[in-house]
Amino acid sequence: MQDLGIKVLFEGSNFARLLSGLWVTLEISLASVAFSLVLGVLLGMVMTLRNPITKVLTKIFLEFNRLMPQLVSLFLVYFGLTTAFGIDLSGQTSAIIVFSLWGTAEMGDLVRSALISIPKHQYDSSAALGLTKLQAYSYVIIPQTLRRLTPPAINLTTRMIKTTSLVVLIGVVEVLKVGQQIIEANRYTAPDAALWIYGVIFFLYFIVCYPISKLAGRLEKQWRN
Amino acid sequence: MELEGFEVLDLVFMKTYAPLFVTAAKLTLSLSFWGILFALVVGLFCGLILYFKIPVASRIISGYVELSRNTPLLVQLFLLYFGLPKVGIIISSEGCAIIGLTFLGGSYMAEVFRSGLESVEKSQIESGMSIGLDRLQIVRYVVLPQALTVSVPALFANVIFLIKETSVFSAVALADLMYVAKDLIGLYYKTNEALLMLVIAYLVILLPISLLSSLLERRLRYAGFGN
Repeated sequence: MQDLGIKVLFEGSNFARLLSGLWVTLEISLASVAFSLVLGVLLGMVMTLRNPITKVLTKIFLEFNRLMPQLVSLFLVYFGLTTAFGIDLSGQTSAIIVFSLWGTAEMGDLVRSALISIPKHQYDSSAALGLTKLQAYSYVIIPQTLRRLTPPAINLTTRMIKTTSLVVLIGVVEVLKVGQQIIEANRYTAPDAALWIYGVIFFLYFIVCYPISKLAGRLEKQWRN
Repeated sequence: MELEGFEVLDLVFMKTYAPLFVTAAKLTLSLSFWGILFALVVGLFCGLILYFKIPVASRIISGYVELSRNTPLLVQLFLLYFGLPKVGIIISSEGCAIIGLTFLGGSYMAEVFRSGLESVEKSQIESGMSIGLDRLQIVRYVVLPQALTVSVPALFANVIFLIKETSVFSAVALADLMYVAKDLIGLYYKTNEALLMLVIAYLVILLPISLLSSLLERRLRYAGFGN
């Protein structure tokens, strides 16, 4: 019976379908990562302001996104917005909104801590060397900030890819859903397909996320000082 | 959910079905408790192996850490709950949930313990040796207390992360908070009420842990060792 399961995987276009399901997942994550990067940098800069109002507001935004499971946020946007305001969004759009907001919060906090981690003497030394403000930022401050920011930002990307697996629970047809469909379709001819299909999906996620986390780890080690 | 939503909130409905959320929260909490407890045990064990770079074993452990950290819990659960029965291994929903959470959490905890252990200065171990402690005593009285203190904030972050991750348990037929919320939405179309109670339930569980962690973090900063 074991060999039947693995045959299902390569029957017809099954494997290609799984990959296109994976692509749906990746599209959602990549769109969210792109939004989070841009908005997160802005949020991080706002978070370093000494204004008490922005401080409280950004803190609440950050903590809500940190404490609420992303699945709850997905439910809030996907089911909640429709009932409360009549805004009808597709699962995919809801997911991009939710993950962008969450990513913006996490990214904002990373940017904030990278910005405040640059010691004041770096600014002073640049000034003492006679660099203009623009030169100081482009040659001294921003390169250092980027070094501190890049590894955790890359890690955030893998977290977002993994979290995107939740969208199957609000009805988006992605890799897990495609897997279920294949298993259902072959229920009688290959009853043990589930092991193979879910095993393959497990490794597909691993193949996508592992190189990214490895890259983050390497950069972190390389840039430690 | 917002101001507009409040006008149409059915308070009687919320009062009637609140007990369902309490029951579900208890299930979420008890599964989280066991999962996190086992994750801590697995994590400490793996963390020590990684720290001491024990030949073969540390290779296997880092393989496990990479596998577990680079795959989503939902997929791990599907494999456990729907995949394994095909080779004759049938595990209950609760069992899958706890095993899944332990598998996921163990690697995160291991990383925290490892980096906590590595943060202990070499001079501390040398000082321990110079006053005549043996290897086990050094680990027990010098390294572990300091490493654990350093690890506390990250451990709490992981606890919160793991409790959040339990929200996918409804996918393996467990009547957790998400399940109850989805059920009420499907049965009565009381979306606003169900979602509001869902958010409140998670806040009630997670907010105290988050506050406790920032409180502890502040206290532990005064208890720094050696420097």
